[in-house]
Amino acid sequence: MIKLSGIHKTYQGVQPLHVLKGIDLHISKGEFVAIMGASGSGKSTLLNILGILDDYDEGEYLLDNTPIRHLKERVAAHYRNRMIGFIFQSFNLIPFKDAMENVALPLFYQGVSRRKRNELAMQYLEKVGLRDWAHHYPNELSGGQKQRVAIARALITQPRIILADEPTGALDSRTSVEVMNLLKTLHQQGMTIVVVTHESGVAYQTQKIVHIKDGIIERIEDNVDPTASPFGNGTIMK
Amino acid sequence: MDVLYEIWGSVMRNKMRTLATGIAVASGLFLMIVLQGAGNGIIHTFNRNQSGFSFDALHVWGGWTSLPFDGMERGRRIVLDHRDEGMVNLRFPNETKGVTSIISQSGLTASYGTEYLAGVELEGIHPRYAEMSALKVIQGRMIHELDVSERRKVLLMSEKREKELAPRGKSLLNEYLLIDGKYFRVVGIYEDDQMSSQTTLYTPYTTVQTLYGKGTAIDELMISGKGLDTEEKNESFEFRLRQGLGSIHSFHPEDQSAVWIWNQARDNEMMNRASSILQVSLWVLGMLTLLSGVVGVSNIMLIAVKERTREFGIRKALGATPWNIIRMIIFESIIITGIFGYIGMFAGVAFCSYMDASVGNRTLDFGVDKMQYFVDPTVDITTCLWATLVMIVSGAVAGFFPAHKASRVKPIEALRA
Repeated sequence: MIKLSGIHKTYQGVQPLHVLKGIDLHISKGEFVAIMGASGSGKSTLLNILGILDDYDEGEYLLDNTPIRHLKERVAAHYRNRMIGFIFQSFNLIPFKDAMENVALPLFYQGVSRRKRNELAMQYLEKVGLRDWAHHYPNELSGGQKQRVAIARALITQPRIILADEPTGALDSRTSVEVMNLLKTLHQQGMTIVVVTHESGVAYQTQKIVHIKDGIIERIEDNVDPTASPFGNGTIMK
Repeated sequence: MDVLYEIWGSVMRNKMRTLATGIAVASGLFLMIVLQGAGNGIIHTFNRNQSGFSFDALHVWGGWTSLPFDGMERGRRIVLDHRDEGMVNLRFPNETKGVTSIISQSGLTASYGTEYLAGVELEGIHPRYAEMSALKVIQGRMIHELDVSERRKVLLMSEKREKELAPRGKSLLNEYLLIDGKYFRVVGIYEDDQMSSQTTLYTPYTTVQTLYGKGTAIDELMISGKGLDTEEKNESFEFRLRQGLGSIHSFHPEDQSAVWIWNQARDNEMMNRASSILQVSLWVLGMLTLLSGVVGVSNIMLIAVKERTREFGIRKALGATPWNIIRMIIFESIIITGIFGYIGMFAGVAFCSYMDASVGNRTLDFGVDKMQYFVDPTVDITTCLWATLVMIVSGAVAGFFPAHKASRVKPIEALRA
């Protein structure tokens, strides 16, 4: 599903910053992967590249066999819309839209009619257990609920992959568990999910952990039994 | 439709901003409309007070020669006569629509019972006079051919003079006025205009001719031109007319004072030019006022775009193309300018109507003469349509820079916690 080979990225500036120094990574369809690293390790940059939010200088990125390189903004927007579902640390819901409208927003950019997309949005809200909150605005929802709305929004376009950037970063441990369980359920349904985190508790919920340090992949760890995490099942150490 | 719904959300969300922006535009448009209305009031006043002369006629009166000609001294009196009409018809068939002679007798007194009017003038006309001037009969009838051929003592009088002679609102139609010892029957009442003194009583040409022994002499020659639409054509026509009259009355063709020619077409031309200059300058003023509103909108939209950076980032991350964003902002701008522009426009139109109702009907009365100084200070539908177009364009212009800026927002912004 994702094929990265020799990805380099340098941020130009007064002092150019070589952030990614040759990343090779394969993620197959249906995998649940965590990218771990300390801040400044380059993991966010990697996620930006994966999410077609940023371009890279060298190497090759194939997303579902589609080469992603130097895309025009219009095309990039199209790919993001169709292929990628984003989940952000700070939820990034639009404050003046209610839960349903937030979920429906990606379909607006596909030109789906309002009735159709609201209908679909309600279905996806039901999946994340928030049907009754459909007409609440983000400021009327708890952190966990907001993140579930965001997950519903990420799913509504039926993307190839879900990219989650510190999805539990702004949540307490109980709601973190809720959100991770939701992601696990999605994984069981066959979704490819990439989570970027610096919390090992989150990382150990996944199948494969990619450790990044100083712009290169330090090691890839297979987490055969996520339930056997050092922190025990059903909790996330915050 | 869907886009509008999307925009409505953000317009309603930023109520304070929307209101602030809107007031700038609304006041701009309000001023623009009021200026237009006031300008129209002045222009309409010109036209109304001019309406007595609103036809493009040439008037010719006899004068005194100022150049010696053909062995004759200067200072001779030139009296126009019946030959002149024939000469015009013969020489200028393609440049005239009509020509008519007028003779008049002034310094008369007209009385009805115990009431009287002093200083009236009997003007002897032909029926065709009505078509060449702004004379408008509102009661009774015009002088017609039979009146002329039978030299009937009939007359037309103005509405206002009728009221003066018959103070209790009695109609004088078909009543007899005593003028200079002779009875004249009133056959028609003509509409007052704002400018002329309305002491003229119109009567058949032949009646004045016979009663006052005018012979073949006439007092005024009135010519209505055809196709005299440029300055040069008018000048050339006047020159040749003078020449033609000179050949009949033996005066030098260059003699400017032998006959007096007053060309209304040229007067109107000047008036029209003045009106259009006024109109254009009012548009410019109005546009500048509106421009300040537009700059305000643009400014506030720019700030709003800055505030909403995150929102645009999110939208782009979710698949909005730059064009989606640009379109959203520009439409938003057009909607704000449009809605508030219309509010301003309606307020302006309402204010114009108020002006129309209050000062619009006020007149300056000089006794014999009456003058309206602010007629119908309103704007027409064309102005409103133009204003709408201006609003849409200015909304788009106001939205352009903010939109461009918003479209450049990088979606990474949205990822920053």
